[in-house]
Amino acid sequence: MPRYFTKDHEWIDVDGDTGTVGITDYAQSQLGDITYVDLPAAGTAVKKGDAPCVVDSVKAASDVYAPVSGTVSEANSALEGEPELVNTQAEDGGWLFRVTLSDASELDGLMDRAAYDAYVADL
Amino acid sequence: MSDVETLDDGAEPIETLTLPLDAWHRARGGRMVEFAGYWMPVQYEGILAEHLWTRDSAGLFDVSHMGQLFVSGEGVESALEAVLPIDLATLKPFGPRYSLLTDDSGGILDDLMVTRWSSGFYLVVNGATKWDDIAHLRENLPDEVTITHLDDSALLALQGPKAFAALERVVTGEYPLSALTFMKGGQFKIAGVDAWISRSGYTGEDGFEIAIPAERAAEIADLICAQPEVKPIGLGARDSLRLEAGLPLYGHDLSPETSPIEADLLFGINKRRRSEGGFLGAERILREIAEGAPRKRVGLALDGRQAAREGADIYVGNQKVGVLTSGGFSPTLNHPIAMAYVDTAHAAPDTALEIDVRGKRLPARVVPMPFVPHRYHR
Repeated sequence: MPRYFTKDHEWIDVDGDTGTVGITDYAQSQLGDITYVDLPAAGTAVKKGDAPCVVDSVKAASDVYAPVSGTVSEANSALEGEPELVNTQAEDGGWLFRVTLSDASELDGLMDRAAYDAYVADL
Repeated sequence: MSDVETLDDGAEPIETLTLPLDAWHRARGGRMVEFAGYWMPVQYEGILAEHLWTRDSAGLFDVSHMGQLFVSGEGVESALEAVLPIDLATLKPFGPRYSLLTDDSGGILDDLMVTRWSSGFYLVVNGATKWDDIAHLRENLPDEVTITHLDDSALLALQGPKAFAALERVVTGEYPLSALTFMKGGQFKIAGVDAWISRSGYTGEDGFEIAIPAERAAEIADLICAQPEVKPIGLGARDSLRLEAGLPLYGHDLSPETSPIEADLLFGINKRRRSEGGFLGAERILREIAEGAPRKRVGLALDGRQAAREGADIYVGNQKVGVLTSGGFSPTLNHPIAMAYVDTAHAAPDTALEIDVRGKRLPARVVPMPFVPHRYHR
């Protein structure tokens, strides 16, 4: 299952026309302790670059941008009770929402792991 | 993901300066951010852990960005009373007292601590405002009064229920550290170095503020942090701790746009000055003492877990009744809290309000401050 990354530190795993979105481990380390995640409802239509999700840390609230356009199919309900999963499992159990892609060609502009790692190393 | 907002004081320094403990913070893994024109540690292991550690044990904060001033000379008392609503006749030696620097329209230029030393007054002012404060004082104090910027002095704060136990082990003095109760100060030595110590702080906990020569600051910070009760704490937890303690932060909860009465800081206008006036902005401030202010700084408790931040508008129905000036998640209470200015009609405890956060209305109610009880050693 390919994983893509954005310059805004989101990741998306793509399986068929379903993408699972989260923030990277680098992103969570910059945000610090996550206290709340404002998740999008299933059925929400999103355009690439929209901010359907907000991650709240002790320090600040940060938008999470949709890496692709589509319709939200599911949010990670485990985060309602345990928002800290975004800290402890950012690129795994701390995923945020799933989206049904409307235009898979939007993935072309995203980075792969090696490109993202090089991008972060340069920040 | 959007950029994380830094702890911004609103100032735009030309060149970010370093403080005496810069290398010390970096060596301990402090994540450095620009604050008040200086590189300062926002966190070490994490804001949440540092916050809880300070509430449970003791945290060492570097607050060397703050301005330490010494004001002395002929007529200094009456000169200071012309710029501060303080009653120096009731200010005993060596105990700091909270005061306010006001402008001629009654707005707050800064909040500060004033201590009577043997030959003058020691002032501790906010870092982001210190240059403006010095200029304001120069302009408003007579030539016979000298303002000395003690910029070769570092300032540390050791805060928390175990601060006393940790500090007592490393200080010597003419009298024991236990002679200091809340808002008392004195001269001590740490590692043979002169240290001005007062029992005061900005977290709501028992604790101490410690002024030491900058060139010995790293050695003393090492010694204090070598005590098992103590860890270094960053600006992030300093902010969440002071918010829980209900203490306003200049540049956010206080500004030239807010008056001391709006800010609910009547105690900063000493009793004699409430009747006599004679300080900058007295006309408005005394009027607001008599008639009340149109709005008031209040504490808000939010339902749920989503925090509201500075700048969020506050509503009752469709009517905007206020604005948030500080807000965040309270690690101690495990729910979000905030400070806000609201119209006086909606400022009573238990008033239900709504906060607009990104188009969503979060329910909140007015609660008394502090949010977390103070545990000062009186």
